[in-house]
Amino acid sequence: MNILLLFVIIPLVMLLALWGCRNLTQVRATMVTGSTALLALSAYLTVEFISLRNGGNSEAMLYCDSWSWYEPLNICLSIGVDGISVAMLLLSSIIVFTGTFASWRLKPMTKEFFLWYTLLSLGVYGFFISTDLFTMFMFYETALIPMYLLIGVWGSGRKEYSAMKLTLMLMGGSAFLLMGILGIYFGSGATTMNIHEIAALNCIPTATQYIFFPMTFIGFGVLGALFPFHTWSPDGHACAPTSVSMLHAGVLMKLGGYGCFRIAMYLLPQAAEDLAWIFIILTTVSVVYGALSAISQTDLKYINAYSSVSHCGLVLFAILMMTKSACTGAILQMLSHGLMTALFFALIGMIYGRTHTRDIRQMRGLMKIMPFLAVGYVIAGLANLGLPGFSGFVAEMTIFVGAFEVNDIFHRTVTIIACTSIVITAVYILRVVGRILYGEPENEEHMKLTDATWDERFTVICLVICVIAIGVAPMWISNLINSGVGDVLVNINR
Amino acid sequence: MEQSIYILALPLLSFITLALIGKKLPHKVAGIIGTLSLLATTVLAYVTTASYFLAGRNADGIFAEAMPYNLTWLPINETLSIDLGILISPISAMMLVVITTISLMVHIYSLGYMKGERGFQRYYAFLSLFTFSMLGLVVATNIFQMYIFWELVGVSSYLLIGFYYTKPAAIAASKKAFIVTRFADLFFLIGILIYGYYMETFSFTPGETALAAAGTVLPTALMLMFIGGAGKSAMFPLHIWLPDAMEGPTPVSALIHAATMVVAGVFLTARMFPLFIEFAPGVLHTIAYIGAFTALYAAIVACVQTDIKRVLAFSTISQIAFMMVALGVCTGSDPHEGGLGYMASMFHLFTHAIFKGLLFLGAGAIIHAVHSNEKSHMGGLRKYMPVTHITFLIACLAIAGIPPFSGFFSKDEILAACYAFSKPMGLFMSGIAAMTAFYMFRLYYLIFWGKSHYEEQLALYRSGNIAHEPHKPHEAPMTMTVPLVILAAATCVAGFIPFGEFISSNGHAYAIHLDTKVATTSILLAVTAIVIATIMYIKPGRRITRVVKVVLREPIRAAYHRFYMDEAWLFVTKKIIFNCISRPIAWFDRHVIDASLDLTAKGTQWLGALIRPLQSGNVQTYCVYLLSGALMILLLLLYLN
Amino acid sequence: MTIPAQYMLILSAVLFFVGVFGFFTRRNLVSLLICTELMLNAVDINFAVFNAYCHPEHLEGYIFSLFGIGIAAAETAVAIAIIINVYRNFHSIHIKRLTNLKH
Repeated sequence: MNILLLFVIIPLVMLLALWGCRNLTQVRATMVTGSTALLALSAYLTVEFISLRNGGNSEAMLYCDSWSWYEPLNICLSIGVDGISVAMLLLSSIIVFTGTFASWRLKPMTKEFFLWYTLLSLGVYGFFISTDLFTMFMFYETALIPMYLLIGVWGSGRKEYSAMKLTLMLMGGSAFLLMGILGIYFGSGATTMNIHEIAALNCIPTATQYIFFPMTFIGFGVLGALFPFHTWSPDGHACAPTSVSMLHAGVLMKLGGYGCFRIAMYLLPQAAEDLAWIFIILTTVSVVYGALSAISQTDLKYINAYSSVSHCGLVLFAILMMTKSACTGAILQMLSHGLMTALFFALIGMIYGRTHTRDIRQMRGLMKIMPFLAVGYVIAGLANLGLPGFSGFVAEMTIFVGAFEVNDIFHRTVTIIACTSIVITAVYILRVVGRILYGEPENEEHMKLTDATWDERFTVICLVICVIAIGVAPMWISNLINSGVGDVLVNINR
Repeated sequence: MEQSIYILALPLLSFITLALIGKKLPHKVAGIIGTLSLLATTVLAYVTTASYFLAGRNADGIFAEAMPYNLTWLPINETLSIDLGILISPISAMMLVVITTISLMVHIYSLGYMKGERGFQRYYAFLSLFTFSMLGLVVATNIFQMYIFWELVGVSSYLLIGFYYTKPAAIAASKKAFIVTRFADLFFLIGILIYGYYMETFSFTPGETALAAAGTVLPTALMLMFIGGAGKSAMFPLHIWLPDAMEGPTPVSALIHAATMVVAGVFLTARMFPLFIEFAPGVLHTIAYIGAFTALYAAIVACVQTDIKRVLAFSTISQIAFMMVALGVCTGSDPHEGGLGYMASMFHLFTHAIFKGLLFLGAGAIIHAVHSNEKSHMGGLRKYMPVTHITFLIACLAIAGIPPFSGFFSKDEILAACYAFSKPMGLFMSGIAAMTAFYMFRLYYLIFWGKSHYEEQLALYRSGNIAHEPHKPHEAPMTMTVPLVILAAATCVAGFIPFGEFISSNGHAYAIHLDTKVATTSILLAVTAIVIATIMYIKPGRRITRVVKVVLREPIRAAYHRFYMDEAWLFVTKKIIFNCISRPIAWFDRHVIDASLDLTAKGTQWLGALIRPLQSGNVQTYCVYLLSGALMILLLLLYLN
Repeated sequence: MTIPAQYMLILSAVLFFVGVFGFFTRRNLVSLLICTELMLNAVDINFAVFNAYCHPEHLEGYIFSLFGIGIAAAETAVAIAIIINVYRNFHSIHIKRLTNLKH
């Protein structure tokens, strides 16, 4: 049996098991077993993949398999992974694993929560392993729908509004996406839905590409928080429960970048080449605009959501530069941002769970009250502003050096503009750190609060270790990604 | 050379140990772990430096650069990759000695100074982190490694300035320091990007073909890199963070903000010197002018500050500017013909690190004794703190440029280089050197001479005017005085090191010889300045001092407020960037972009509300629609036929 | 002398549209039922008329009319039963009041 199928089967089994769970202990046991199994699986897959690659296997996709679903429309369940998807699977399983611990004490309806949570992760895993347009789209939708319930039911604040807004905007994106996919399918002669076969055919007329590239790119771009379609992100994140924020910002937003790269750019190379400038401008705006907006926010989650807009903007920005190093940097940035932002949201959730406020004006001196969480927050902050030794630095530097390879005034200018985000990031991160962590505690109520519990510590430590691991030894992951990026770019630069 | 890896590994290890388990250790153990690991590092650094210089010159008569380690950390594309490694060149060997020595002194000193402080282990962890980063910076094999460690020293500086994290001033200062230097680093990064792209390497020695093709790009890249260096080295107008950084513990100021990190910009310029001199002499001269202006500005401001650490901070800025000027006035790579400045700059870096470290540690001892930074709380301390007094005096003489103390020799070389560049520059810098002597002795007299604040307070207490008995100043403990004495001894002898034998602009041995004309002038100027300072400040309330204060009232006030540079920056950041850009953008996002989406949603709802009555659920209405529809189709068919 | 078929068809058409008009405009369930009956009767007349005039040799039209009458009777019975039940529950047989299923 193909090992990749396990990524779908394990969550399915988990769903069934959760269905039958009778109490909290069973739910927790199921979730821990399942997510650990998935984490182990993806780690195993990564190791296997690297050793296969080192063994000289240079096919574009490994572990390929295909089963026909619906013959007349050439819909298959095709699966396969390259370096990029392996990295993404690893990221997803880490986030799902830590997210489980982050929502360890979530109430009420814990069982139902985890049911939807697992369904969401099923969609994410499915998306990353499939190589068939239709299957990919199906899994994509599977990942989106549970989000509505997770935010709408278990969220806080204006949860119904935010859940509705998020779902509607993402669904709007999917509408574009569906059109794009159909355009690609029929444009390439309606013979196959398999991404690689379409890429190999390379027969979509340029005029068709011009229509469907923007659709596909925007369709995925909405999920990747592309300006001006990013406003679901602040509201959605602000209202979502902790682990959903983690999963959403950490993984789901990466679906956008991955899709842009894997489908929009890969299958519609001509249009990508010609229309890139429009999107480069939009993403540059995202990068700077998100960072600048973050400076004057007062809600911790809004700050982080705008920071995500900025960082995810950088992902799309790098993809559009279409050089190998920039694209490698983009994927690295996805990984790194996924881990960092998950860490951030986890910490914010933990702090919010104690202080019951996320307003930075109402918190002070948390370092004295909850040193563990505060130190975690400082580490997350430093990682976020791209300090060497953390993953953010590796990703950003690869992106900037890669982007600088494109030798013309326009690209150079936008690269330099995007570079300024590293300063602005420092401003908003240090503002928050100085504001809420340092100083003397002002609020009497806060003095009684306790530091992190074991499950929270576990979550934070896992994520910090991952962020540092990539930051200190980036070579293996960079090589892993590089091989995948190369194959995709060959098609674009053809 | 193989042992050089441990120079980096030991401080890192000590940082990791202290960061992970420090909290569980008693203070003393944590301090000893940090200090011992640094002692070992220092020994290793000395051994490495000695073996490097003892290995002798190669056939060209220069010390070849040794690169015992260099590994690819992150390949970026076919040509570029980020490497990490160790490269020992004459200046990095010199820096190794400087950093480890000062750091060791600070480690020992802090055992006494920080005794009983909350977060003692954290303090030692950060010190180790800083030492690691700074050592990594100077042994960098390429510009990108330098940038990596550059950022790391920045963050360690941030953490250490904000060590007293409950003090609002410290929080603000640490934030300011990080953001200002980060802003400068942006230019550094862009410079590196340009450099990397056109030179096709990040190493300090690009290929000939790339160099030949680079043309005007290289000066741009070097200028941008210098801006990065200017941020770290507090050149005007990026100097604003350094005076505020004095909010950190005083030993930290001695280590980071006086001796080592702040000279990183000078080190960077010196590291890139071969490229500067060959391809961008214009940029180099710009650096000289910026440096000269900064030196003047800082010297003026230093003359009127009342916080002793601020005086030292501005004096640091001024002295670093001297080093920058020395590099900037170079016109050739031969030390005999226009390349003297390079050697002078490095020499001054070396001596300055020692005596400025001494000054700061001395200031720390004083602050420790009187529990204040303000000069008004001092005065007459020479009776109470003899060791601190003598060592502080030695350092003051050194910085003022009085022989035989080390500062004289290095400053003399800088002045000689300036005179060689142009007479006005030489005169200008001589004047600033005299100002240095003036403000340092002003400080010296205010601290150690004049009326004792303690005695005044004691008299008041005895006469019953104040309730609390004042705290009697006392000499610092051994852990603090021993480093002072060691550094004072070093200050006395460092000037006699034949520095040019080891470091010169083209690598060949250069015998330092004193230019008698320059030396005499500068000694005369310094002595005059000291005499003026003596007249004005040896006793408080001298008439001449009062007269000067009245006559120069406005300039003094402006200088006291640092010529309102901080306010200008605050205006730009707070008023313009925060209020005029960020706020409107955040507003725009909520009220325009988001609102337009909400409007779309509202529009859809409105449309829905509009056509909803059609689906009334009333069968009769449906029948009407049905019938009228049928009739319409019928009529249409009739019409078509 | 035979009555021309048109007369009868006009009668049935008038009857039908009277029913339709009533069905659209009345708000009382019983009136609606009566109107439905009118429309059904108009249809029955048509069946009978066409059978008599077009195919006198066959009987299907008449049989259909009889069926129609029978079904109309059954339907009326059921409808009256419903209406009575509605009246019992709502104390009204005005259709504007019967919106429970809509909300």
